[in-house]
Amino acid sequence: MTSDAFVLLAFFLAVLLLTVKPLGVFIVTAMEPSRLLAALEPMESRLFGLLGLDPRKEMNWREYAYALVLFNSIAALWVYLLQRWQGSLPLNPQGLSAVSPDSSLNTAISFLTAACWQAYAGEVTMSYLTQMMGLGVLNFIAPATGLCVAFALLRGFSRHETSLIGNFWVDMVRSCLYVLLPLSLLLAVFLVQQGAIQNFHPYAEVQTLETTRYEVPTVDASGLALKDAQGQPRMEPASTRRQSLPMGPAASMDATKVMGNNGGGFFNVNAAHPFENPTPLSNLAGMLAMFLIPAALCYSFGSVVGDTRQGWALLATMVFMFAGSALVAVWAEQAGNPLLAGLGLDQTAGNLEGKEIRFGSAGSSLWGVITTASGTGGSNAMHDSFTPLGGFVCLWLMQVGEVVFGGIGVGLVGMLVFAIVAVFISGLMIGRTPEYLGKKIESFEMKMVSISILVTPLLVLVGTAVSVLLPEGKMGMLNPGAHGFSEVLYAFSSAANNNGSAFAGLSANTPYYNTMLAVALWFGRFFAIIPYLAIAGALAKKHRLETSEGTLPTHGVLFVMLLMATVLIVGALTYFPSLALGPFAEHFALWPQTQWSKP
Amino acid sequence: MNLNLRALLSTFLFLVFTTGLAYPLLVTAIAQIFFPFQANGSLIVNDGKAVGSRLIGQNFSSEGYFWGRPSATAPYPYNAGLSGGSNLGPLNPALVQSVNSRIHMLQAADPGNRAPVPVDLATSSASGLDPHISLSAARYQLGRVARARGMPLEVVDGLIAAHQEPSLFSATGEARVNVLELNLALDDIKPR
Repeated sequence: MTSDAFVLLAFFLAVLLLTVKPLGVFIVTAMEPSRLLAALEPMESRLFGLLGLDPRKEMNWREYAYALVLFNSIAALWVYLLQRWQGSLPLNPQGLSAVSPDSSLNTAISFLTAACWQAYAGEVTMSYLTQMMGLGVLNFIAPATGLCVAFALLRGFSRHETSLIGNFWVDMVRSCLYVLLPLSLLLAVFLVQQGAIQNFHPYAEVQTLETTRYEVPTVDASGLALKDAQGQPRMEPASTRRQSLPMGPAASMDATKVMGNNGGGFFNVNAAHPFENPTPLSNLAGMLAMFLIPAALCYSFGSVVGDTRQGWALLATMVFMFAGSALVAVWAEQAGNPLLAGLGLDQTAGNLEGKEIRFGSAGSSLWGVITTASGTGGSNAMHDSFTPLGGFVCLWLMQVGEVVFGGIGVGLVGMLVFAIVAVFISGLMIGRTPEYLGKKIESFEMKMVSISILVTPLLVLVGTAVSVLLPEGKMGMLNPGAHGFSEVLYAFSSAANNNGSAFAGLSANTPYYNTMLAVALWFGRFFAIIPYLAIAGALAKKHRLETSEGTLPTHGVLFVMLLMATVLIVGALTYFPSLALGPFAEHFALWPQTQWSKP
Repeated sequence: MNLNLRALLSTFLFLVFTTGLAYPLLVTAIAQIFFPFQANGSLIVNDGKAVGSRLIGQNFSSEGYFWGRPSATAPYPYNAGLSGGSNLGPLNPALVQSVNSRIHMLQAADPGNRAPVPVDLATSSASGLDPHISLSAARYQLGRVARARGMPLEVVDGLIAAHQEPSLFSATGEARVNVLELNLALDDIKPR
């Protein structure tokens, strides 16, 4: 690993940590009663009056969950219909026709769950209207939903003897208006300054310097490809001197893509496209944006429960796990590909297949680690072409449940759920009723914790197993051998954990994968969120216990280690067999014994 | 549990309006007022005609131009209408084959040059539209381009140096040059 890569990682972490406290304080101010909200009271009361909301009327967890799921379902329906009708709607200069039903369903659900799994190619599929008023809206609603869930749970910890955990409508509006909109606006303007496009023009036709000669399959009058005597498709020469440059309102969507941990880009190759992510500086800004709110929420959590040390402990756990993962991935990508070494190639720049020069192997693999850790999923390189270990790190960070920073709100809550498991296990070891932040952890909470932790592995492992058995599933693989299996495992890990990145060689835009992955996306999202809200409701009802000598402190080094071990052990026990079949098998095929035994 | 239909619909429509309409339009307005060049695609205009974008690479194959990175877009390389990478895994025989044939192509165009080929010149980019090559990949092609154009080595080398783009840390991207801009500069000095 080069020293520059260390500098990049250290600089990234330093800037990130500096933002944690100020932004964490701001988010609490925007979401909980504060002087800022008091000052905004006149404006808010008129807005809420207009919308028919009563901000003083709070909800219990069932009402909160009901409103949340209903609101999300309406949003999904809206985006589904926009895609189906885009052909007859305005802002469609390329005249793109309706998206197929299975692809529309998959896309609506994947953006709703903040996964933004993109089975389609943006520049040839989605009209400007669909991108902006459909997918763009979900880029706000999905992370705001996560923020609502996080604050519901924080209220569950900080309140006592009540069944009320907040008003969903008010939380949703405040998350979007005060937290996500201003941050996204700032980032969008910065991205344009760097070179990202933002316009409503039709695609620009330019004449290139040279003529490109290529071959296309010969087709007969009915459009069928002709074959020669050997059964190979017959090819005929073609040439072009035109380039059609895609246009559109990309920067506004790219900003919310990273700021909201959504990951759905404007173009097919997402953040690798020069119109989305034009410079190393825009790349750095994107990486920071992906961790910005999830990191700050750790501080918000500590502040709401009245002990900021609790938040720093969670953040420390995340930072250690992230830094470890990043070191492995960057080292693996910079080592290059041993199969290419003998061909007369100078590989000092690392593995550059499927990577852009302006990011290099370090900037690409670091982005890969951040996008999978944070639940963003937008990629600036082709993860499918990563080395086996680089790809493994991405896969692994999703499979542990995206708790290393994670998506907005849901990442923090996921880590809190593991903290509950950690105090539960240590409570069993010392024979005391486990408690966390002054709340007794009892059987109802543990049942909900178990559901939320078990549902994703179930979706990932069963989904993968079924797909590698069915012809429809096997047909989608691009790469042979263990890597083909990794492609399918990656797809289901990404969908069930709502990440959205892909080993994109997998042809996932088929009715089979669109439907299977939509199911994984939906259940992976709501079978985690609803138990989280149930835990919030149950905790809010409990008394607050005073800390005594027997209470396990949950802010020290010991607890950080315990928490890390819990995440690692649960993840390893669940996924080790499948990982052994995919990335590990591939790694040992690529670097055989003879290579290892060399000094 | 009473369904608050009014709150549901009004909140949803309000958010569609603010985040789906007001936000992108505000960004567009700011972008078009302050950064119109970037917002419209960083187009390079020569004699009143757009010849490309400084952010989108083009396909070069003649000996007198610097070549960009291999592009995996379909159906032809550097198809800006549909970005895409090869997605070939590290063990895929097709990857080894394509890197190998690219190396042979580079060596055939410049038989005297036996230096190792810089990795970016033989591996395809993520977008298929990468506008850059590394500084070493440009230097690797120096002799071939200068010979094909009958230009002195120092002049071409000076052009490469003048077009080197600074990187934040060298780790956030290799030292690199923009292929289209470099080739346009070559044509400016000595039209083919």
